Amino acid sequence: MNSEYLGIIFSYILTICIALLLARYIAKVFLGEKVWTDKLFGPLDRFLFRFMGIKEEEEMTWKEHLKALLTINMLWLVYAFFVLLFQDKLPLNPDHNPGQTPDLAFNTAISFLVNCNLQDYSGESGATYFSQLFVVTFLQFVSAATGIAALAIVFKALKEKTVTKLGNFWVYFTKSITRILLPISIVIATVLAFNGTPASFKGKDTIITMQGDTQNVSRGPAAGMIAIKHLGTNGGGWFGANSAHPLENPNYITNVTEIVAQVILPVALIFAMGIYIRRKKFAYIVFGVMTVGMFMLLIPTIVSEVHGNPAIAHMGINGANTAMEGKEVRLGIPASAYWTTMTTIISTGSVNCMHESMMPMTGGMQLLGMMINCFYGGCGVGILNYYIFIIIAVFISGLMVGRTPEFMGHKVEAKEMKIAAIIALLHPFLILAGTAISSYVIVNHGGAAWTVQPKNWLNNPGYHGFSEMLYQYTSCAANNGSGFEGLADNNMFWNVTAGFVLILARFLPIIGPVAIAGIMAQKKFIPESAGTLKTDTATFGIMTMAVIMIIAALAFFPSLALGPLAEYFSMK
Amino acid sequence: MKSSGNKLFEKELVMTSLKASFVKLNPKVMFRNPVMFTVEVGTLIMLIVTAYTFITKDHTQGSFGYNLTVFIVLLLTLLFANFAEAIAEARGKAQADSLRKTREDTPAKKIILMGEIFLNEIHTVSSVELKKGDYFLCEAGDVIPMDGEIVEGLATIDESAITGESAPVIREAGGDKSSVTGGTKVLSDRIKVRVTTEPGESFLDKMIALVEGANRQKTPNEIALTILLASFTLVFIIVCVTLKPFADYAQTPITIAAFVSLFVCLIPTTIGGLLSAIGIAGMDRALRANVIAKSGKAVETAGDIDVLLLDKTGTITIGNRKASHFWPADGVNEKAFMEACMLASLSDETPEGKSIIELANTRSMNTPVLKKEEVLKFIKFTAETRTSGIDLDRALHLQKTGSHNGNVATLDDPCIRIRKGAFDAIRNIVTKAGNQFPPATAEKVKEISGNGGTPLVVSQNENVMGVIELQDIIKPGIQERFERLRKMGVKTVMVTGDNPLTAKFIAEKAGVDDYIAEAKPEDKMNYIKREQTEGRLVAMMGDGTNDAPALAQADVGVAMNSGTSAAKEAGNMVDLDNDPTKLIEIVEIGKQLLMTRGTLTTFSIANDVAKYFAIVPALFIATIPALKAMNVMNLTSPESAILSAVIFNAIIIPLLIPLALRGVAYKAIGASALLRRNLLIYGIGGVIVPFIGIKLIDMLISLFL
Repeated sequence: MNSEYLGIIFSYILTICIALLLARYIAKVFLGEKVWTDKLFGPLDRFLFRFMGIKEEEEMTWKEHLKALLTINMLWLVYAFFVLLFQDKLPLNPDHNPGQTPDLAFNTAISFLVNCNLQDYSGESGATYFSQLFVVTFLQFVSAATGIAALAIVFKALKEKTVTKLGNFWVYFTKSITRILLPISIVIATVLAFNGTPASFKGKDTIITMQGDTQNVSRGPAAGMIAIKHLGTNGGGWFGANSAHPLENPNYITNVTEIVAQVILPVALIFAMGIYIRRKKFAYIVFGVMTVGMFMLLIPTIVSEVHGNPAIAHMGINGANTAMEGKEVRLGIPASAYWTTMTTIISTGSVNCMHESMMPMTGGMQLLGMMINCFYGGCGVGILNYYIFIIIAVFISGLMVGRTPEFMGHKVEAKEMKIAAIIALLHPFLILAGTAISSYVIVNHGGAAWTVQPKNWLNNPGYHGFSEMLYQYTSCAANNGSGFEGLADNNMFWNVTAGFVLILARFLPIIGPVAIAGIMAQKKFIPESAGTLKTDTATFGIMTMAVIMIIAALAFFPSLALGPLAEYFSMK
Repeated sequence: MKSSGNKLFEKELVMTSLKASFVKLNPKVMFRNPVMFTVEVGTLIMLIVTAYTFITKDHTQGSFGYNLTVFIVLLLTLLFANFAEAIAEARGKAQADSLRKTREDTPAKKIILMGEIFLNEIHTVSSVELKKGDYFLCEAGDVIPMDGEIVEGLATIDESAITGESAPVIREAGGDKSSVTGGTKVLSDRIKVRVTTEPGESFLDKMIALVEGANRQKTPNEIALTILLASFTLVFIIVCVTLKPFADYAQTPITIAAFVSLFVCLIPTTIGGLLSAIGIAGMDRALRANVIAKSGKAVETAGDIDVLLLDKTGTITIGNRKASHFWPADGVNEKAFMEACMLASLSDETPEGKSIIELANTRSMNTPVLKKEEVLKFIKFTAETRTSGIDLDRALHLQKTGSHNGNVATLDDPCIRIRKGAFDAIRNIVTKAGNQFPPATAEKVKEISGNGGTPLVVSQNENVMGVIELQDIIKPGIQERFERLRKMGVKTVMVTGDNPLTAKFIAEKAGVDDYIAEAKPEDKMNYIKREQTEGRLVAMMGDGTNDAPALAQADVGVAMNSGTSAAKEAGNMVDLDNDPTKLIEIVEIGKQLLMTRGTLTTFSIANDVAKYFAIVPALFIATIPALKAMNVMNLTSPESAILSAVIFNAIIIPLLIPLALRGVAYKAIGASALLRRNLLIYGIGGVIVPFIGIKLIDMLISLFL
């Protein structure tokens, strides 16, 4: 077997092994049991709690949890917006980069707050070291921790029989950072720094190229940011080219490190759930369904990329590696295909190759991965998204076996269905409505006197141009952050519409599952009997998969047909 | 009233339902069902488009004929859905009507009251004039005009009009058998009855209202499902609305007919159209089993039951205990013992008492005939003494029989006292008189109890003569039914007045999971409460007034029609047949109801895959020829593809009406296996069937195009 394939198989196996090891540790952290990092970070926690007046043992209801979560996030948003706006007046700006425009600052602040990291700017020129560190990196930590803390609330609700109080949000949040994100980030950053990723406060370096030209090379304290960017499934790059940039991802070792880093937490959290709620089999089934889904997207991606570009084949140039546009030669096709699948199914959105240049089928798979958004999914939020599908699957299959549906011993009734339905609706609504509005503007107001005329938004005509728009909103709604970079997205229209999609697509899908779990946890616990539908069986896994496919995938069928599918069939 | 004919579509019903399907097109009625309401809006749009193409001859929206066809098919979709609901209602109504017919306008002998005093003045009025609290009189041959409770007297009543059972039953004032039902006939004696329901508010009236839809409230599950279906509908509204700018971008004109068709095909019309029919059919199935449910929710809850409390007598065992053996004490002549047993049972009218005499008769013993002067006293069974028997004049009795009855009788006693009763009661009598209870007999008593029998000890003049063994006969096939329930996840609990030893034996033999021995009414209540605090749903059946609190406490309380009105008021279902095994049927009806909803929802949603593959390529094929590759069914033309999809969408509704009315078959194979089975049939089937159906319709249509 080709060593390129061995590389991705090794990456995946390494991911699962680390995730399995981490799972027990994470479960212990949230169960409040002793872990070895307590010695290192325990004093820090205690200091923070005392300093901020947080009472560790004070438990919160699901509503209090959400209030805390939303309040703190709102504060961060305001803070980030103003720092980005005035970054040119703040220190740590050796390259003298300008402040962001209000619409760009609005978009950037939201984008990092919501763990999306869609970037309408380039790190080299659009941000300062100060904003990179104290806005971008800071938000990358806290947004990932927000997702994990939200999941911890749901864990607690799933585990208990009948309970209204679900632990303390501040404790979950702080421990997510001090016990999980911070220690692992330090390890990853060290690996990256030793492999050539910059970690310096000096401004641009100057080199003389082989052609004799002088070139400025941007750098900065990047290694730490790149570590949390992947670990927290954030994805926003230090440099504009993200992990396709030779300094952000210098070699194959960093490539493996980064691709493993972004998947370990989503996977580890699944196994941690099994340990935490004491239903390991359930976790394995969830993992199984997600893995099957992952392969369903990965295999067509690899096949179509390796198969090469039919347009080039039509020119009479045959052979392997004809689909190299936008890819790094040092990484190769399978590693790029693997990364592209992983980065879109989990909500990272960092790239090691250019998504826009990939084959139409790959583009379709990337879109589908983000449309489904729960095959592993983002840090914490992936399982929350999956939870919504479980509720719907439980409801339908409960009826199918002739029993009022129940999940983990609690009845699923009208109220929960209403919330689940709204959340399931939201995703297609945001994506399709956004794309519809931009299509409408391009068709009917193509010549509008805006900074960038709508007819000039798209880098490509036809189907591919449609994919660019669809991709942008899908990436926002999935809080993914990757882009079909041909789109001219740094202008008022895209910054603002995408900003709204981002914020809605982040917080409603957190509120929904937490509310459902909280409401259900308050209900009377029903012990299991032979008539109870077991949710830890393969049959139920298949049912969940069917629900995901029909709700998440089918709603997008017409739009996919007009974008990647039309392109795919036309190129053939 | 046994169900009249099992045919699903009787001509008369079909006609009324057809009429009703048009009446139900009223948007105010349609609004209750969000899925079908949006179809109605779509149909209206198509009507306007059709009229527009007809008047202007503008063919950018497709030809007049094409638009008209789409309009008609959509209208049919609506009518089919309405028909499904109407036929379910009509069937339920017909069932209820035939029950109601029995009680319409019968003459009633109303007793005029003066304050609290009965005047013996009787007015004959129409039954409809009777109000709650009125009293009426019924004599032999009268039809009872209203539901009520006997306040005075006893009568044999023919209840065949309601239950279909021809054997007359006895109803009497006081006690647990005091309730009479309107429409039944008094065969003998006379009774005074107090009316217990207002006209139009009897259980049957309530049931009819539920079936007719005027009063029908959606059950919690129905509401949750409607929310899910509404959200599916919303998703597809979004899909279809946003498709317009997408198509504009791709420079592909899409006709309104295509938009409406795509939308109607994608939303879950199949389940949306059949949803209310399924609910009504569930009520109807209960009614056909002769169970009157007070709400749709009660039927649904029955499907969720975790624990079933069943009375031993009549449910697990056939009727009452029967005598199976005579065991004389040491040194007592068997014949003499049997003679004593028969004497003790002469005045015993209970089935047990009768069975003792029957058993003795089979042992070639003649039933003793006693002269009046021989009998000093019959001793009736009382709760304090817990014995019954007879006192005879010794001299007269011996003179007649000539026998010197037994060697244990004290000869100088002028009286023969024979007593029959429970072991400890007789032991009390015997030891009080200073006699010894023979250990061999005591041993026998224990042995009988251990084998599930009931020992009755007989004594004569305070000396033990022996033991009669009574045995319960367990109903054939009951073990299998309990096994079935166990697979459904329902725990069965036997309730009996027997001692724990007997109860345990019968419980094991019948295969119930638990038992309550020596049960008092409050034991039942406590058991129910305990199970409920642990989160389980409990069902029970009862008839007596002392059952009423437990019936009210239980999640599903089925009162027997023969029971007191208190019991009937407390429960949420009434069984007209007074059949204790009915609970098992009710659980299955409830499960079937939920399952039918679930499987048809799955089927309906799974259909979307094929419909997408039919319509989406058809929409774009003209401007994007490459998408032909997605026309996997190889449909003839875009028009025929769209028409085939809508036609399939319409005709699947009437095709599934029989399934909706009959319900999906319930198999007790455990939840996971059941899910696998239904997922295979209705999920995979739901994906495959429309591919075949749409292709076939397309082949048919292409002949005409």
